Amino acid sequence: MTGTQIFFLIVGAATLFSGLMVVTTRNLIHAALWLVATLFGVAMIYAILDAGFLAVVQVVVYIGAIAILFIFAVMLTRRQAAETGPSVNANWWAGAFTAVVTFAGLTFMLKSWSGFSKQAAAIPSGFDAVNQLGNALTSPTGYVLPFEVASVLLLAALVGAVYLAFNKK
Amino acid sequence: MIPLSWYLILAAALFSIGLFGVLARRNAVAILLGVELMLNAVNINLVSFWRYGDISLMAGQVFAIIVFAVAAAEVAVGLALVISVYRRRNTVVAEDLDLLKW
Amino acid sequence: MNFWNDPLKVAADWLTGIFTGWGMDAVAANVLVAFLGVLMLITILMVIDIFLVWIERKVVARFQDRIGPNRLGPFGLIQPFADIIKLMIKEDTTPDGADKVVYNVAPLLSMMSVLILWAVVPLAPVMLGVDLNIGALFIIAAGSIGTLSIIMAGWSSNNKFSVIGAFRQVAVMVSFEIPMLATLLIPTIFSGSMGMNAIIQSQDIWFIFLSPLAALIFLIAAIAELGRAPFDLAEGESELVSGYNIEYSGMKFGMFYAGELLHAFTFGGFWAIMFFGGYRFLGLEKVSPFLAIAIILFKALIGYWVIMWVKYTVMRIRIDQMLAFNWKFLTPVAFVLVMVTALMNALLRGADSWLYITGMILSNIIVAWVSLEVVRSVSRKERERVEGVTQIAEAHH
Repeated sequence: MTGTQIFFLIVGAATLFSGLMVVTTRNLIHAALWLVATLFGVAMIYAILDAGFLAVVQVVVYIGAIAILFIFAVMLTRRQAAETGPSVNANWWAGAFTAVVTFAGLTFMLKSWSGFSKQAAAIPSGFDAVNQLGNALTSPTGYVLPFEVASVLLLAALVGAVYLAFNKK
Repeated sequence: MIPLSWYLILAAALFSIGLFGVLARRNAVAILLGVELMLNAVNINLVSFWRYGDISLMAGQVFAIIVFAVAAAEVAVGLALVISVYRRRNTVVAEDLDLLKW
Repeated sequence: MNFWNDPLKVAADWLTGIFTGWGMDAVAANVLVAFLGVLMLITILMVIDIFLVWIERKVVARFQDRIGPNRLGPFGLIQPFADIIKLMIKEDTTPDGADKVVYNVAPLLSMMSVLILWAVVPLAPVMLGVDLNIGALFIIAAGSIGTLSIIMAGWSSNNKFSVIGAFRQVAVMVSFEIPMLATLLIPTIFSGSMGMNAIIQSQDIWFIFLSPLAALIFLIAAIAELGRAPFDLAEGESELVSGYNIEYSGMKFGMFYAGELLHAFTFGGFWAIMFFGGYRFLGLEKVSPFLAIAIILFKALIGYWVIMWVKYTVMRIRIDQMLAFNWKFLTPVAFVLVMVTALMNALLRGADSWLYITGMILSNIIVAWVSLEVVRSVSRKERERVEGVTQIAEAHH
């Protein structure tokens, strides 16, 4: 057990625990705050994976925007201070069964794959992931088209969200 | 060091937790929370495949960024829909929204 | 390598030597030394923070034609310690129906979001926490945690005023992050890196001379991010009592208050790093790292003073005016400025430095002038719509 492994196990366990709390907590504000904890754990996983840029973007986009949006939405759609009725529907056992089967199936399938327990190659010295990522996102031989399409998608989502949520008096 | 399998299993577990949230929760906002967990699980996979594959191919990180954009768009439109539904029906419980079910 | 040229490294090596001499594992010793370094930085910051309280009170007093604290110690310098003792012995109240865990975590997160910023602040060429190559983005990320702490504080207090205050503050912070991010891109374009040290090292000419408009927009967005006047709607004493932190007392309130002051000081520092050359001043930073620290702290204090100056001069504006100001004016101007700067940078990259500077300043002036003209024509139309054409014509005569 190296230090990195112990760190990964702690972070991974915390991420999964907060993920579980997200789907089981009754109070939706708490669920959203647990989501923040999960997202923070995922950002740490990115940092362990040497993707520092993605870790910071995860915090900016997910925690700074998406989680805040969730908290706002929960506050705007509350009828009373306390939630009424059960937090899960009548078929929750089917959902739990499907989730467990999915997990078991994925693990079983991955186990039979040859690259399952592969080790990471060392990062060559002088390799600048941020630089490479920027080049890949903007070069015509890279991913400039998906990048532009994503920006159009964001614009469409912005307009659509404003239109949908706008209160026509 | 950490083998790839740890990341994949973590991602699979997170995906399954999200799937349970989507299938079992009654509140529409909670369902969207589950969707976020699933998207994050996918992102962990993408980034770990980037790290454990050829590191100079940036496809994994680029796809992760596209997933960020899609997640942001999905949340914005999804929550706008939820708020719009709440205004009309005064509920966000998914099983009460059954106008199309006959 | 002696102590006066690279104090941090010498001290760290010395400490690591001692710890490994005690039979400690090398990795554990390194972790412990890094931990001690962080502890030292935080301690120094908190001491600075104490004196920021004194500076703030003294400066506001001068602005309002008063003397300010002058009873305890010379020039009232002991006053902040008395304030701290007062905060410590106050009753620590928790409102009924408060969400206890969230309520207690929020002040910690608020303080953390400020302290974490100092991880990327280069105090001297050889003295900085981490030289992240994404330092500029890190500022925004830390700001997101601050946003979260505010909404947690507002919601968990179980008080309608604090929720309204938190809503307002979060709306402001989320929207002013966008022009701030856009203006952070401009030093990034000039220096070709998002790392703080690289940005400072490439400022042979301070970036304020290349892009004064960006410096101005960054300052405005920073003030909004800090929630200080004229953007202190979250507080709005006359309408909301004191905003998201209304239910906090004692040291928990103290953490919000100290966090706010340190945040303002920190953003003064970032303003200095991004646009005023950070620790560089006429080559003095090469003499000694300690001189470099003095230079950057002095520049940060000047930035802090400017922020105070704005706070005590300009009156508070309404929330709708403020959001409209951001979305309809500041954000478009910031985006246009980024595009123009990137274009000019691509065009003038190989040119002489005087041509480069002139081109950049001219493009800045043109962007500022065009945006002001657009605002003027729009506001004239708006006024005509509200007041009718005739009255305007009369007023002109």
